[in-house]
Amino acid sequence: MRNTLSILVANEPGELSRIVGLFSARGYNIETITVGTTLEEGWSRCTIVTEGDDSVIEQILKQCARLARVREAKSVTKLPHIEREMALIDVNAKTPADRQEIKNLVDIFRAKVVDISHDRMILEASGNKEKVDRFIGLLESFQLNEVARTGYVAINRLTADTRSADTPVRMSAKHEQAAVNT
Amino acid sequence: MMSKLKTIQKKAVIRKEGGLFDFSGTEIMRDAASVTAAGEDTTGSSEDTADKPMRGAEILVRGLIRNGVDKIFGLPGGAVLHIYDELWRFRDEITHYLVRHEQGAVHAAEGYARATGKVGAALVTSGPGATNAITGIATAYMDSIPLVVITGQVPLPVIGTDAFQEVDTFGLTLPIVKHSYLVRDVRDLAAIIDEAFHIAASGKPGPVVIDVPKDITAQICEEPRTKFARVFADDVPPAADEAILDTITDRLINAERPIFYVGGGIVTSGASDDLMKVVELLQAPVTPTLMGLGGFPTAHKLSLGMLGMHGTYAANMGVSEADLLVAVGVRFDDRVTGKLATFASQAEIIHIDIDPSNIGKVKQPHISLVSDAKSALQRIATKLESREGAALNAGKAKREEWWKKLRAWLDSVPFGCKYSETEINPQQVIEELHRITQGVAIIVTDVGQHQMWAAQFYPFKRSRQWITSGGLGTMGFGLPAAMGAQLACPDKTVVAVVGDGGFQMTNQEIITAIQYKIPLKVLIMNNGYLGMVRQWQEMFYDRAYSEVDLSISPDFVKLAEAYGALGLRAKIPSELAEVLEKGLAHDGVTIMDIVVSKEENVFPIIPAGQDTRNMILK
Repeated sequence: MRNTLSILVANEPGELSRIVGLFSARGYNIETITVGTTLEEGWSRCTIVTEGDDSVIEQILKQCARLARVREAKSVTKLPHIEREMALIDVNAKTPADRQEIKNLVDIFRAKVVDISHDRMILEASGNKEKVDRFIGLLESFQLNEVARTGYVAINRLTADTRSADTPVRMSAKHEQAAVNT
Repeated sequence: MMSKLKTIQKKAVIRKEGGLFDFSGTEIMRDAASVTAAGEDTTGSSEDTADKPMRGAEILVRGLIRNGVDKIFGLPGGAVLHIYDELWRFRDEITHYLVRHEQGAVHAAEGYARATGKVGAALVTSGPGATNAITGIATAYMDSIPLVVITGQVPLPVIGTDAFQEVDTFGLTLPIVKHSYLVRDVRDLAAIIDEAFHIAASGKPGPVVIDVPKDITAQICEEPRTKFARVFADDVPPAADEAILDTITDRLINAERPIFYVGGGIVTSGASDDLMKVVELLQAPVTPTLMGLGGFPTAHKLSLGMLGMHGTYAANMGVSEADLLVAVGVRFDDRVTGKLATFASQAEIIHIDIDPSNIGKVKQPHISLVSDAKSALQRIATKLESREGAALNAGKAKREEWWKKLRAWLDSVPFGCKYSETEINPQQVIEELHRITQGVAIIVTDVGQHQMWAAQFYPFKRSRQWITSGGLGTMGFGLPAAMGAQLACPDKTVVAVVGDGGFQMTNQEIITAIQYKIPLKVLIMNNGYLGMVRQWQEMFYDRAYSEVDLSISPDFVKLAEAYGALGLRAKIPSELAEVLEKGLAHDGVTIMDIVVSKEENVFPIIPAGQDTRNMILK
């Protein structure tokens, strides 16, 4: 199962390699990884998309949470969430008809044209995985030159009460305390 | 010059006695800047003391002293010259033990930490100094031993240029440390040291590496800063809720076939007495892991002895047939579980551990509790005591059948020791050692057959009496670790029980023991083989003894003499007791070369990955 993990980690040299090293050392694969600053100075949020069943994800989160400079590790997939990725796409647009068709697709997908030359265009698209995949898929017929994707960032929806002890996200808390599995 | 030096040292002592640096490991780290400020208030102004701007090396050494280090093991080199310069100035407060190889430094620090529960400290130089230390760091990591290892590094401006003796220590040690630092600013150094000691000792302990570039140790720090607002790693977990404890208590009282499977967590948290109380109230059997040996007295009537690959028949059968497995401070290691699917397959599993990531890592428990062993067992004992005596007695009555079965298993397959007129049996050596040391010596082992025999045939009475490399299985660990343990416990007899293979990996440290008059006793179980490997080749590889023959070895008695130690040898059973008695009584380093029967095997053995019931008994 595809899971999006959100890890709050100190913005210090080496801390990201500690997280990444933990994935490779335990044989977990990273599909995408993004890191960015947060509102709180000195702290970064690292969003990692990875594959694994519930027990694997639980292990990954606990291992991450164990690191001294990780303050929180959770799976956002477990609750309603919003996930976005951005892509920059360099695509051939050799004829006016191609350009027009690409422009139509850009409008439909609410993407943007960010650069253009006499035979190529660079497009900017963002959205969830399916949308970005589909957009790139439709552009393939014009011949893609290069695609740069950011990887995913994610945040829980306002309707999701992440503090509720009954929701699955509790396994992600730094201090899972005790559990009776019946 | 001399008088100035004296003044400095005197002042430093006064500061320590003043309690300013009375640093408690359980406390959240202190603001290093405020410590310095407080120092100004009480010691008055003196250019010579800590109030003045100091160079990094002095901050480092003072940081060690502040955190309770009075012994450090190490070997100097270019990148740590400034630090060694300061160590020389502070030699009255912190004793440095010069090892002959950095692996020995880290193992010695580990031995010190394992014998006391305090944080061990080691200091090595950059490059090869750091790489030589890695085996020790990994050993400590696997067994959750608190260490602070300081490694020198090339100056910051040349990091990444393949400078002389440069290696990426931070990167190399990343997967084998609890935490690590590359110091980038001398102002952070004091805070880093304090935090390193806190992290190493708190929660589930482990090694912390501080990589210190040479220029940092030379720079003058005008004003230290506290970069880290808070330690997040081991905040105390919230107290277990009563409901979980009640559930656990109910299960314990009502179990018909319970078994306590206890490990290093008992030793680390000092939970022996609490464990004793709980199991005595319940009259429940206990089986310790290799790391848990000593946490519960082996000879106690509720003890089944060690479980796992070379554990007792009763312990392994007990776990197989138990209806309740109470796992405390353990991690379901493969050497314990054998085939995971069939391990404790009839049991409801309660897992209590301080590390949340240990819960469900290999075996999903039915009930879990994240807590240190001591406080969990304490609270369970209180719960049990609050229950009605009638309920407790009814529970005990239910377990009478269980005890009959367990006793039958204990009686049917005791650990066996053969005796002969001509050859010394290795098990017999441990029995004799136990007799002569009256069961109270600290036993430090290497890894292999002798380790298992020591575990099986020396009934331990208390925690920290047994020191061994469990998780990583590091040959060469025994001798230097015993040196550290002996320094930590000068009044106790410390015996390094090693094989002829492992002994040759770190025997250079004998001279360290001689130099510092550490009265180490080394007992070599010499069978002329890499014995455990030979045993596996015999049992599982059609006796193809591939590269295990150590019959060409130095004369260990002459080697001992060359080092200036007492060397003794026993070749036949009639010589054994005399050699051990004489060797242990010697007031100095003794190397006892005990030539034992060559092809003795460790039994029982559960072949790797098999059901624990498939024990091979002989």
